[in-house]
Amino acid sequence: MTLSLAPETAHAPAPSLQPQGWLRYLSFSTDHKVIGLQYIVCGFLFYLVGGALAGAIRTELLTPISDFLPRETYNEVLTLHGTVMIFLWIVPVVNGGFGNYLIPFYVGARDMAFPRLNAVAFWLIPPAGLLLISSYFIAGAAQSGWTAYPPLSITTPATGQIIWILSVLLLGGSSIFGGINFIATILKLRRPGLKLMQLPMYCWAMLGTSLLVVLSTPVLAGTLVLLSFDIVAHTGFFNPAMGGNVVVYQHLFWFYSHPAVYIMVLPAFGLVSEILPVHARKPLFGYTTMVYSIMGIVFLGLIVWAHHMFTSGTPPWMRLFFTIATAFIAVPTGIKFFNWIATLWGGRIALNSAMLFSCAFIVNFVFGGITGVALAQVPFDIHVHDTYFVVAHFHYIVYGGTVFVIFASIYHWYPKVTGRMLNEPLGRLHWLLTFVGFNLCFAPQHWLGLNGMPRRVAEYDPQFQLINQFSSVGALLMALSTLPFLINVVMSAFNGEIAGDNPWRALTPEWLTSSPPPVENWKGEAPLVHEPYGYGVKPGELNLAATSGRELWSLGQDPGRGPNRPL
Amino acid sequence: MPIPPAILTLLLGMALVLTGLWVGQNINLLPVDASSNAPVYDELFKVLFSIGTILFIGIVVVIVYSLVRFRRSPADSSDGVAIEGNLPLEILWTAIPAVVVLFVGIYSYDIYERMGGMTPLNDHGMHAMHSEPADSRTWAGISPALSTDANAAPALPVEVTAMQFAFIFHYPDAGITSGELHVPLGQPVSLLMRANDVIHAFWVPQFRLKQDVIPGQPTLLSFTPTRPGRYPIVCAELCGPYHGGMRSSVIVEEPETFAAWVAQNSPVPASPTPVAVT
Amino acid sequence: MTTLSTSESQLPSTEAAADQHGEHHGDHRLFGLATFLVADGMTFAGFFAAYLTFRAVNPLPAGASYELELLLPTINTALLLASSATFHKAGSALKRSDNPGCRRWLLITAAMGFLFLAGQMKEYFTLPFGLTDNLFASTFYAITGFHGLHVTLGGLMILIVWWQSRPGGRVSAANPFPLEATELYWHFVDGIWVVLYGILYLL
Ligand code: HEA
Ligand code: HEA
Ligand code: CUA
Ligand SMILES: [Cu+2]
Repeated sequence: MTLSLAPETAHAPAPSLQPQGWLRYLSFSTDHKVIGLQYIVCGFLFYLVGGALAGAIRTELLTPISDFLPRETYNEVLTLHGTVMIFLWIVPVVNGGFGNYLIPFYVGARDMAFPRLNAVAFWLIPPAGLLLISSYFIAGAAQSGWTAYPPLSITTPATGQIIWILSVLLLGGSSIFGGINFIATILKLRRPGLKLMQLPMYCWAMLGTSLLVVLSTPVLAGTLVLLSFDIVAHTGFFNPAMGGNVVVYQHLFWFYSHPAVYIMVLPAFGLVSEILPVHARKPLFGYTTMVYSIMGIVFLGLIVWAHHMFTSGTPPWMRLFFTIATAFIAVPTGIKFFNWIATLWGGRIALNSAMLFSCAFIVNFVFGGITGVALAQVPFDIHVHDTYFVVAHFHYIVYGGTVFVIFASIYHWYPKVTGRMLNEPLGRLHWLLTFVGFNLCFAPQHWLGLNGMPRRVAEYDPQFQLINQFSSVGALLMALSTLPFLINVVMSAFNGEIAGDNPWRALTPEWLTSSPPPVENWKGEAPLVHEPYGYGVKPGELNLAATSGRELWSLGQDPGRGPNRPL
Repeated sequence: MPIPPAILTLLLGMALVLTGLWVGQNINLLPVDASSNAPVYDELFKVLFSIGTILFIGIVVVIVYSLVRFRRSPADSSDGVAIEGNLPLEILWTAIPAVVVLFVGIYSYDIYERMGGMTPLNDHGMHAMHSEPADSRTWAGISPALSTDANAAPALPVEVTAMQFAFIFHYPDAGITSGELHVPLGQPVSLLMRANDVIHAFWVPQFRLKQDVIPGQPTLLSFTPTRPGRYPIVCAELCGPYHGGMRSSVIVEEPETFAAWVAQNSPVPASPTPVAVT
Repeated sequence: MTTLSTSESQLPSTEAAADQHGEHHGDHRLFGLATFLVADGMTFAGFFAAYLTFRAVNPLPAGASYELELLLPTINTALLLASSATFHKAGSALKRSDNPGCRRWLLITAAMGFLFLAGQMKEYFTLPFGLTDNLFASTFYAITGFHGLHVTLGGLMILIVWWQSRPGGRVSAANPFPLEATELYWHFVDGIWVVLYGILYLL
């Protein structure tokens, strides 16, 4: 491997009025790295809030009667939990957070296309989040779930619902601004000489995600505006008492919120694609098909929304179309998973925390994906819709998928950001607690759903008590697992092992500069990386004496599937 | 002599498929079946469960194997083989899920059809004879499955009203209004459902059936109970603070017992048409 | 294998850096605006979809109907279309460095925009239904109102550009970006109106 870096040229930092040092993290900074970290830290704080709310949910569900929380409060708590976790934790962190930190590096730019818009997009989030949470204390938060279906959302106390709408509108705006910025950065700010098909996979994931953001978020915004008219101006769009149609709201809502699930997971796919090759010391398998599968997911993601409405007002033909289209998402998604597994196969795998979290992601997501494909089947869904089976499905994906990837990414990029390594044993402890707690919490919920426990209930049939208690213990383990993580992140910032610029010997551009990186990313010229995944020894250069027959056999084989037949 | 990897993989694959089939057939995660629709559902469930198990265990085994087999010691800084892709493989793992998904889709269509899901909604005669609001179209739901059996019993119509936080059942033929749903064993029942305030959902887990009850949009749900007993009716759509408490029961009883119940509760001495045909 | 070469770029690094600050780049900004307009268009698409669905499945109460008076809206349509043309004129004038001509055309465009709004107001006041009367009324006001907001914003932007293109102002043939951006936006707003007119009035 030959590395020829650009000669170091002195680059005078531009004089600026921005605060320096840690203060800049609290300022209207336009530096993409600062903004990225702002997103991540802010998102994590909201994760603690959302987690505490989840704790309240699981405590209430320890007993079959409504005793820990009043019933109204329970509904407020679950609405806040869903909204906080989706709009203030997952979406900002995997898009805004890692996107801002990494994308400019990946396209060889010194900042995002619109740095100021970028800062605006971030600074919409804290006020929106505080607004949302304060609604609980002002007048009681919204009580109609994160889906805010009318007529319930029209008839529950108006103040909380209106504040909810306002804050979701702000967050949607933030998301759209971010999306525009990513599209412009990836398509327009690429370093001369860098081709699209040479970009690291995360860029593709972010391009796809941003397309979804730009195409679907505005529909949600419009819908919520109509809903707020129904609440404050007494129009009747979604009010059947005034001739309105509640199912139209559901269509519009899911036109956004189904793509939103890919907004939450595609960036995670991108991040995993960056992490696996580095720690397996192999090129990313099947780059081109990975790119096409992302675009396939984007396209299919836009036309499957009604699978959330199989038991509401959808006519038979519609149910059929949406079943087939939904189930087909398994195909492009499957391509990605098999490619990751093929990336691992035959590698030289470092089994560190980043790798453990990534592999646990694959396992959890495949589980959640399989239950998803089952849910896509109308007859199956008719039984389990709006039950804990669905709750289990999506926590397997959002938590077992995306949150696991966020942790993997923190273990992977922490040395980049701080110049210090995280503590490995603590990281593994974190992984073990999270993995066990997560599965203990959510696996039993599948059974609950199948056997008759609906979701969003504060009181339930006593026969389900034991299983619910298992689930709550799992949640407790998850809460505890945050401890080693927090200790690790804080302690390592001060006395972690010094990482050096490139501790993983990675080849993607963010590692080809100092750690932490200078203000404009590189001193001197940005490196031109044509092969971000150029790891590994070419088969022709293999030292035949030192390789086992099995490795050679694996060169042309599908890992794990079927016999050794010529293809 | 070591067993060639090809044969080993083949054997493992076969073991995996057998495990999946066994799991699907023998592990029961569902409550008892109490409607003619439930066994059909359970068939689909078994197939999905088997496919899911095979895929999931297969993938987990390959990952765990890779992590163990290809793990490197911290001191080792060598690289793996630089394989960038493999077209035949890509085609294979595009084609297999596509085929599986298509198969599952067509199969579940068939199941849905057998449940009556594809029967057109608005050509059922039995509700037309009752006085109904002008807009009497049914917006969604499941019609009684088209029966080929000419002397099958006609469906028993019941009107369901859902409100915060209760279900009310009205038997138009007998003029009975009740808080619990009584149905005769073996006779199709057809629920015409309306909501007064917000969206609710009618769910009986043992029937494997659920349908939203939507204000302004009457819906239909048909089923044939097949097992006597008392089963919970659960509201499955968030409808307010007491959503969790919005429950009732469906009582499936022998036709004679049902007829007795009707006779006992009818406001008029005898109903003009026999409701239970045996 | 890794290929990591120093750049073939001819630009010295400091200049390249300035280049990548982006905000000085009309090119990215127009692209960004276009992306934003796609998003904005999706909001309208959502409204239109809702309207069409309501219309297809929800009967109106007795007495209400989907028919609207056509004369005024048609004049309004013509006005907006013409204003797109005059804006284009302003743009070409600026390119020729004919600033006074550009400013004249801008004023005419803005005037037409505000005339459109006045027409819209007149229509609102003469309509036989109010916002909450029935589903059609609500949808009608929501959609046309949302579009009217866009026109208002566009009109104000035109006036700002008009002010900025005064002699010695920010906008000139050398820096046409504010004008180009406003023009793109204005064409978009007009385009939306044409669709709106077709769906709400003609259909
Ligand atoms: C990040 C979030 C995320 C993601 C990625 C997904 C992914 C998928 N989801 Fe999920 N879903 C949610 C979040 C997510 N979901 C949420 C939040 C809800 C509830 C919302 C609410 O009501 O509050 C929900 C609800 C939901 C429903 C509605 C359930 C109901 O309310 O009744 C359905 C139904 O079709 C569904 C299906 C799917 C499918 C088919 C996928 C597919 O994309 C999965 C594809 C992946 C795989 C299949 C695994 C990998 C593939 C292979 C290994 C190949 C081989 C596999 C096969 C051949 C099967 N989801
Ligand atoms: C998108 C991401 C996401 C994430 C990460 C989570 C994480 C968790 N969720 Fe959540 N969940 C949703 C999204 C998410 N959820 C959504 C969208 C809904 C639907 C809402 C609706 O129906 O409208 C939902 C609903 C939902 C329900 C169903 C409620 C109901 O229907 O009645 C339950 C029940 O068990 C649950 C549990 C949990 C648990 C135990 C976690 C755990 O994984 C959380 C683990 C994290 C912690 C435990 C944090 C640890 C930190 C502390 C405890 C310290 C706190 C201290 C201070 C603040 C000082 N969630
Ligand atoms: Cu009625 Cu929930
Ligand atoms: Cu979905």
